[in-house]
Amino acid sequence: MRIPIEQFRLDNGLLVALSQDKTAPIVAVNLWYHVGSANERVGRTGFAHLFEHMLFQGSANVGANEHFELIQRAGGTLNGSTWLERTNYFETVPSNQLALALWLEADRMGALLPAMTQTKLDTQRDVVKNERRWSVDNQPYGTWWEKLPELAYPEWHPFHHSLIGSMEDLSAASLEDVEQFFRTYYTPDNAVLSIAGDFEIEEAKALVELYFGPIPKGGGKPPLERIDLPPKFGEPLRMVVEDDVSLARIYMAFRSPVFGSDEYYPASVCGAILGMRRGSRLYRSLVRERQIAADASAFTFDLAKGSDILVADVTALPDTSPDQLEAEVGREIDKLATDGVTADEVARAVALIETDMTTAMQSAGERADRISMFATLLGDPGLVNIQADRYRSVTAAQVNAFASDRLGKDNRATLLYVPRPEQAGDASTEMLEVAAS
Amino acid sequence: MTTSTRPRPGPPREYHFPRFERHVLHNGLNVIVAPVRKLPVVSVAAVVDAGVLRDPEGLEGLAELTALSLREGTTLRDGLKLALDLEMLGTSVEAGAGWDNAIASMTVLTDRLVPAFEIFAEVLLSPAFREDDIVRLKAERLAERMQVMAEPRGLADESFDRFVYAADSRYAEPMSGTTGSISRITRENVAEFYRDNHVPGATTLIIVGDVSVSEGRKLAESAFGGWSGRKTELNREADKPARSDRSVRIISRPDAAQSELRIGHPGIPRSHPEYFNVTVMNAVLGGLFSSRINLNLREKHGYTYGASSYYDWRRQAGPFVISTAVQSEVTGEAIAETLREIKRMQTEEIGPEELTLATSYLEGVFPIRYETTGSIASALAILETYRLPENYYDTYRAMIAGVTTTDVLQAARRFIEAEKLQVLVVGNPELVRAPVEALGIGPVSVSEPVDP
Repeated sequence: MRIPIEQFRLDNGLLVALSQDKTAPIVAVNLWYHVGSANERVGRTGFAHLFEHMLFQGSANVGANEHFELIQRAGGTLNGSTWLERTNYFETVPSNQLALALWLEADRMGALLPAMTQTKLDTQRDVVKNERRWSVDNQPYGTWWEKLPELAYPEWHPFHHSLIGSMEDLSAASLEDVEQFFRTYYTPDNAVLSIAGDFEIEEAKALVELYFGPIPKGGGKPPLERIDLPPKFGEPLRMVVEDDVSLARIYMAFRSPVFGSDEYYPASVCGAILGMRRGSRLYRSLVRERQIAADASAFTFDLAKGSDILVADVTALPDTSPDQLEAEVGREIDKLATDGVTADEVARAVALIETDMTTAMQSAGERADRISMFATLLGDPGLVNIQADRYRSVTAAQVNAFASDRLGKDNRATLLYVPRPEQAGDASTEMLEVAAS
Repeated sequence: MTTSTRPRPGPPREYHFPRFERHVLHNGLNVIVAPVRKLPVVSVAAVVDAGVLRDPEGLEGLAELTALSLREGTTLRDGLKLALDLEMLGTSVEAGAGWDNAIASMTVLTDRLVPAFEIFAEVLLSPAFREDDIVRLKAERLAERMQVMAEPRGLADESFDRFVYAADSRYAEPMSGTTGSISRITRENVAEFYRDNHVPGATTLIIVGDVSVSEGRKLAESAFGGWSGRKTELNREADKPARSDRSVRIISRPDAAQSELRIGHPGIPRSHPEYFNVTVMNAVLGGLFSSRINLNLREKHGYTYGASSYYDWRRQAGPFVISTAVQSEVTGEAIAETLREIKRMQTEEIGPEELTLATSYLEGVFPIRYETTGSIASALAILETYRLPENYYDTYRAMIAGVTTTDVLQAARRFIEAEKLQVLVVGNPELVRAPVEALGIGPVSVSEPVDP
């Protein structure tokens, strides 16, 4: 299945991708800025995400929260999200409201700063602190997505620090930071605009030129220094966290090839063999057969620079001790690394991935988001159309080469959550161990 | 640098909810086929009138365990083979039970539909319910109970239901049952529940996507034609309120980093004639990002990451709930602001701009909700489960557009009972109790989480 894609670049460097589909009167507008938590400076963890909140606080011609109101009034949905390498903003609207969505995105790309005030920053800082409490501090295992990168990437690396940010760093963020971040990263030459769904090509082009054309090109952003890493950790890394959880859980991460590289596809298939759905290795063995786990899955972070990580995530049953969980998951990984996988396992994984990719294309928003992803991270929106082929060409031999190289004991970072013993202290405690083997 | 002129919308393009055709097999199985020729994808759902309200007393969780057990193997293939055979076709069957139905569903690429459909039918018609699979599933459900008790959001939802519904009402207990009730369920209970409730006379088979009506019917007829069994009627009151005066319950979590807050009371059934008025009223109050409660608690005060309100629509009166999580120190203020917003909804008519924000949002997102075959199948499942009129989705937007500011005021006055609102907090009593008592909104009690 191929979707139509037309791409062009404005003089100011904005890359635009159009994908027409007139089956329903819906259109999705999707903007990826090539900036994420990795670009934060020391002492400003969480800033990229706090900044994402500020983008809904108005711009030269739009009031605070008016972006939300105008899109909802138009009958559309919208949001934004921040990840290590990128920040995205998206709207899906009835197709006769395309101009509104484009105008709103252009107004904040072109003229955000006149609307920024200390009060708005203070309120959003409180909102984000509450987001941190809600999604990290008051959730069982909620700290995993800051602790795992902390463990798996060296302290100096841009992926090491917390994406949601520390309370201290959030408190320190200032209006000057907002201005500097905006001028450096929120420029048309650091963004991709995708439009998917029901629109006329020429009309969309004219609207994009009208609203985004006048925005000046940026002055260039500082490159991420020292982002490359060796292919393996070199030694096992391990962190144990006592938390308010009732069941032990392990996150075992492996350094893996970056998103979109030739080696990425066998790694991704290996992840699916390991932890995608109920026929996967970990589920079959640990949940169904040995009955020591309540659930098991695996996934990649999909990072395009430096190093990606493949993560196996297994939750214990009540009678399984944390040590047993860790040992059994390790044994399954060893088996896969040593004995390899079968062609049937590859076929199962690829069939599931293919269905997921096709069904995702039913939604204009998903379609636009994936186009933006390939355009931003790999420079070519058309890559969305060759993904199924890339997966279909993966062989068991390639998966085995990946597994024997990357799933060994010299490439494992283990984050183990254990139920806090009764009457323990009130703060989350952790022990960081770097064991040589 | 930017243009200050706001664009105006062009003329809207027409949209219709996908056409669907209905057909009843001789065994009573209801078949709905909705051809949607966009991508080579088909979604299939079997909607069975075997929901949680059919749980026998003391065996809460049986409806869900039975639905989940369907995926654990048939008389022809064990659970592992079943999963693998489907996954080789790029799909899997999902199953679960809600208050009013049990649903098994799958989404598959068109060229694999025929073999996948055959297995899908086998899952519904010939489950094996092997003893060791039931034992394992029970252990997983019990582990999940432990997870819920440790997770503040789930614990708050569940504790709220237990607080507002009378103890002998099914709605007071979690859908999936409690540790006690799940422990009591046997393999025989599952087999019996299946035999009595999973029958063609109680089932609607929904096929949506890249398929014609005749292909869909043929598939249904050949795979399900030999199934038999008649539906039994259900008559059980599940929605009795626990108390009629406003009160506050704090569920104690001394280490809580935040207060999970729920405010509300039993609402109204899905079939209520004022459904559209209530839906628009709720959108203004707390159904949208730009609605009153969120703008107040989040954007004005920064108390929370988000606050919303909803009606949990069921055959009987599911709860009306305002839901948020706030910094512990401002729990009292957040409750006071919420009650103030409710009062404002009940005393002043909303402005025309606020009305059209809600109505044009609900009208506009309608087509966006039904972009995928899976979401269209879900919409048809709702149509079927709540016996909505056949043209419900064709008239939805007109019904929303017909709601007036007066209707909204009336709905707020009639369906939010300010004096009966129940307030539940999952949080640290040391920080929360005194400020909440100081509000003087009703008696305050503190209790531990329970999982009978």
